[in-house]
Amino acid sequence: MRWTNWVLTALVAGGLAGVQSVAQQPSAAPQPRFVVVLDAAHGGDDTGGRLGSQYEKNFTLALSVRLRSLLAARGIQVVTTRESDATVEPNRRAEIANHAQAQACLILHASESGSGLHLYTSSLTPAQPTRFVAWKTAQAAWVTRSLALAGVLNSNLLHSGISVTLGRTTLPGLDSMTCPEVAVEIAPERGSSHKNSGLDSKDYQSRVVSALASALVEWRTEATQP
Amino acid sequence: MIPRYQKYLFTFLLVASVLMGVGLWQLRERAHQRMLAGEDSSPTSAPQVAAAEQATLLVASDDDSSLLTQTHSLPLPEDPGARARAVLGKLLDLYAAPNAAHPVPGGGNSVTQVFLLPAPQPGASASDKPKFGAPQSTPQTGPQLAVVNLTGSFAASHPSGIETETLTILSICGTLHANLPNVTQVRFLVNGVERATLAGHADLTRTYMAADAVPAEGTHP
Repeated sequence: MRWTNWVLTALVAGGLAGVQSVAQQPSAAPQPRFVVVLDAAHGGDDTGGRLGSQYEKNFTLALSVRLRSLLAARGIQVVTTRESDATVEPNRRAEIANHAQAQACLILHASESGSGLHLYTSSLTPAQPTRFVAWKTAQAAWVTRSLALAGVLNSNLLHSGISVTLGRTTLPGLDSMTCPEVAVEIAPERGSSHKNSGLDSKDYQSRVVSALASALVEWRTEATQP
Repeated sequence: MIPRYQKYLFTFLLVASVLMGVGLWQLRERAHQRMLAGEDSSPTSAPQVAAAEQATLLVASDDDSSLLTQTHSLPLPEDPGARARAVLGKLLDLYAAPNAAHPVPGGGNSVTQVFLLPAPQPGASASDKPKFGAPQSTPQTGPQLAVVNLTGSFAASHPSGIETETLTILSICGTLHANLPNVTQVRFLVNGVERATLAGHADLTRTYMAADAVPAEGTHP
């Protein structure tokens, strides 16, 4: 009968230790999870547009890596849809974004047409969230939040002296994402005489990336407020 | 040793084959002559010159990403499908012009056809969907779906980018709706087949609501 006493003693001691460890945990609420998805558009066989001496797929990947580093330095968890020159189908990109349950999704594009930054949100009509959503219109329940995110990005970019164009569009995969999402298209900076920066301008790229990072930090503050 | 009767039979069949070949050749020549004689190549009706009318075009501008309403006078045919093709041809001619605000190569010949079909109603079954080949000249009073068939060279030469491709799509949809108010939906084909995107960005697999593409003047779409 002695061995049963030992077992009982061990169980009681283990239980007490567990209770003690629970009691010793800090009483403060855990930090809410904040994840940003960066989707570098194109890749692999899909080269995207031609931007001077390089392809759009390389430009967006470099921008994604740069922005990811900046966000990570600010303590933001980042999920990327691609880390190399790989072909990723639009539906796969949406799957990655939806699986991450992100609070912001930025789809990075670049173009030689137009000027400044173009911020595009889905052209779907806003809808109430439902338990089951259609894959091709999943973004409808998030359009309002996407427009709010575009507003935050817009104000931060304008604050950095970058001209912004807002619009609505339909891109492959865009309407299937279940997160506040904005397609960011970077075009050369044109307009006033002292602002004529091509896409290869390091200063222009730095300002764009810094402004996007600041906007996402601000968005995190808004998103985590009770 | 070949029997004699087989030699005669072979010779007979050979001669018969040659005679039948000559006969067939003569019959073919006669049929060809009859066909040429029956064909009347003289013009039966004078070509119609459509009268010039006012057409409303929604012209895109890359400078401020806007659609501006412009009115142009151009000959417009009676047939709605041909009419739609004519206004889109004028719109794309403007984009192909030097110093265009929304430069896109190709011009008016980039629109191969515009098919006008009854617009599918929400909840309609697959069997209710309109079939291609429906008569275009039949006047339609209800909402219509315009299927715009673009050339492959137009899509291949279109500048790549979300803004520029979206502006092209919206200006086409808006121009169609402005001139043919019954057109409420627009779909796109390239060389007669569905294509994923125009030039890597704008989705061409979906149906565009034409009325949504008509913004207040000078505003961003």
